[in-house]
Amino acid sequence: MKVVLQNVTKKFPSRSKKAPEDVIAVNDFTFEIPDGQLIGLLGPSGCGKSTTLNLISGLQKPTSGRIFFDTNDVTDLPPENRGVGLVFQNYALYPHLTVRKNIMFPLQNFKGEAKLTKEVMEEKVLEAARLVQIDGLMERKPSELSGGQQQRVAIARALVKMPSVLLLDEPLSNLDARLRLQTREELRRIQQETKITTIFVTHDQEEAMSISDMIIVMSAGVVQQIGPPQQVYDDPVNLFVAKFLGTPPINVFEGEVREGKLYIGQEAVLQVPGAADQPVTVGIRPEGFVLREDGPLSCNLSRVEVMGRDISVVSTHPLCQNTAIRSIISAENQHSVGGPMVRFALKPAKVFLFRKDSGERIRFEVD
Amino acid sequence: MEQNNYKGWLYLLPAIAFLGVFMVYPLVDVFVYSFEEGYNSASQTFFGTGLYNYAYVLHDPYFLQAVKNTLILVAITVPVSTGLALLISVGLSSIQKLKDLFQTVYFLPYVTNTLAVGLVFMILFKKTPYTDGLVNLIIGLFGGKSIDFIDGPYWAKMFVLCFYTVWVVMPFKILILTSALASVNQDYYNAARVDGTSKLRIFGRITLPMISPMIFYLVITGFIGAFKAYSDAVAIFGTNLNAAEMNTIVGYVYDMLYGDSGGYPSYASAAAIILFAIVLTITCINLMISKRSVHY
Repeated sequence: MKVVLQNVTKKFPSRSKKAPEDVIAVNDFTFEIPDGQLIGLLGPSGCGKSTTLNLISGLQKPTSGRIFFDTNDVTDLPPENRGVGLVFQNYALYPHLTVRKNIMFPLQNFKGEAKLTKEVMEEKVLEAARLVQIDGLMERKPSELSGGQQQRVAIARALVKMPSVLLLDEPLSNLDARLRLQTREELRRIQQETKITTIFVTHDQEEAMSISDMIIVMSAGVVQQIGPPQQVYDDPVNLFVAKFLGTPPINVFEGEVREGKLYIGQEAVLQVPGAADQPVTVGIRPEGFVLREDGPLSCNLSRVEVMGRDISVVSTHPLCQNTAIRSIISAENQHSVGGPMVRFALKPAKVFLFRKDSGERIRFEVD
Repeated sequence: MEQNNYKGWLYLLPAIAFLGVFMVYPLVDVFVYSFEEGYNSASQTFFGTGLYNYAYVLHDPYFLQAVKNTLILVAITVPVSTGLALLISVGLSSIQKLKDLFQTVYFLPYVTNTLAVGLVFMILFKKTPYTDGLVNLIIGLFGGKSIDFIDGPYWAKMFVLCFYTVWVVMPFKILILTSALASVNQDYYNAARVDGTSKLRIFGRITLPMISPMIFYLVITGFIGAFKAYSDAVAIFGTNLNAAEMNTIVGYVYDMLYGDSGGYPSYASAAAIILFAIVLTITCINLMISKRSVHY
């Protein structure tokens, strides 16, 4: 099912007397989530991701704006009538019920004609349990399960009633690093098998990038950019998005555009045809550096970290905002690193210019 | 570990000494007295040993009356007070406005003096040559006949005692239950809401199981407290409880020790041991049931 948000705003009344103005958790959201996709809602803590999810689930009502599932306006529908499945960050499994009863719980709520017989319920429960591969643990209590297993039970419970939209709030944040990798693949598999439109909230950009069809990057209650992960990474609309995506993070420099050339300090490092003369913030992806003895950008070499396939050259530059510049260079070039200085040439497609005041992207022609 | 065992005992010594002197020794002592016939605490003498004290107590109509009263009191007040407290707590946790005010009001009986409140209850219920009392006035409004609740029929007196006991024990139960309700993670309710669970089902299938440990705690302590009731009856009916047919087991023990007919520590000990046995049995049964029905 398609999910459409139209100018959705959510304000919370302020609790503090010193700052009586409302807190705007979600500010004028407009976006459309296509049917059957896996969407990552990405942003730093407190940017309104979970609020957005609660608005879609119906647990919270928007202050203004409308929410549609396909063409149905669901803005005023209570959560139970929206047909959404919600997985909570802490899973919220009922501790006194077994796995089987936990998964069956939503089915037992059906009333009237929708009411299911015991056999049908059992069958559906087993089906959902098989999908998330916990059918061997049906008689256990949640406290007897590992974090990853609890997570699966929570997903099964959300899926068992075949929701039109599946919402997950930080689904992987309570798992250890290894389990997280495994579970996110699972999540992808389950989503592709069920074809249910799935929206998950995360603050981990790697997680969002790796499994999403589309990511929505948020900051301070405002949508920054929507698009397929690779596109958002390759073509960020502003400094925030560029900084938020990518590990190691993007390297940010103070620079200036003069007569079609980008200067960092006194060095003209790149031709930037089409950009107007002005001081700029320069973002260079770690993979945007090329080691060259006559390269235009000179940095003070700190150390070289060998990672097998690649090497990471760590250096410093007085105009760089990061404490250290990290550049990822393929390992074949290692021999040319040495001495107190290191010189780089830059790949134009990996260099982004931003306005100094607003952080907005300044585009230039890349051949 | 093994060699250092004495150190652990050394650390425990103060606590063990206190418990031993002030709890275990008196208990054992009472147990011994209960088998000594005609024990006199002043001269420290007794005639012989045996089950005579128990036989006497169990055939004493006053004691049987006290047991009957206590059992009725327990059977009525524990379920009623716990049930009412649960209702009120659920109500309190679902309102927004004036919540603090109501919470304070419901807690007030806990900090008021039992005897003073007993006096007020007596005035409310008592029928004198001059006035019928407020309660009888209300009964009269609905066309009923006035009853003397303090000096009248047995059931009326028992009603006042139960009413009063419930009123006294409720605040504590409400306090415990409101905090238990508040500590249930809101996500469980949200999860249930998203799945379209009805309010009644949420209460029965989620809220109740979640706070069941606290409910059982209240039932167990409620049983123990009700079995040990005494001051409530004195507050309403005065010290001559046997004459009022409103004595409790603890009241009987007290009378046997210090009352007008008192001075029989042996009988008092036997009665106390019988009470101890009853409370122990009920508490064990309670614990067994709670183990089976509290699931986490």
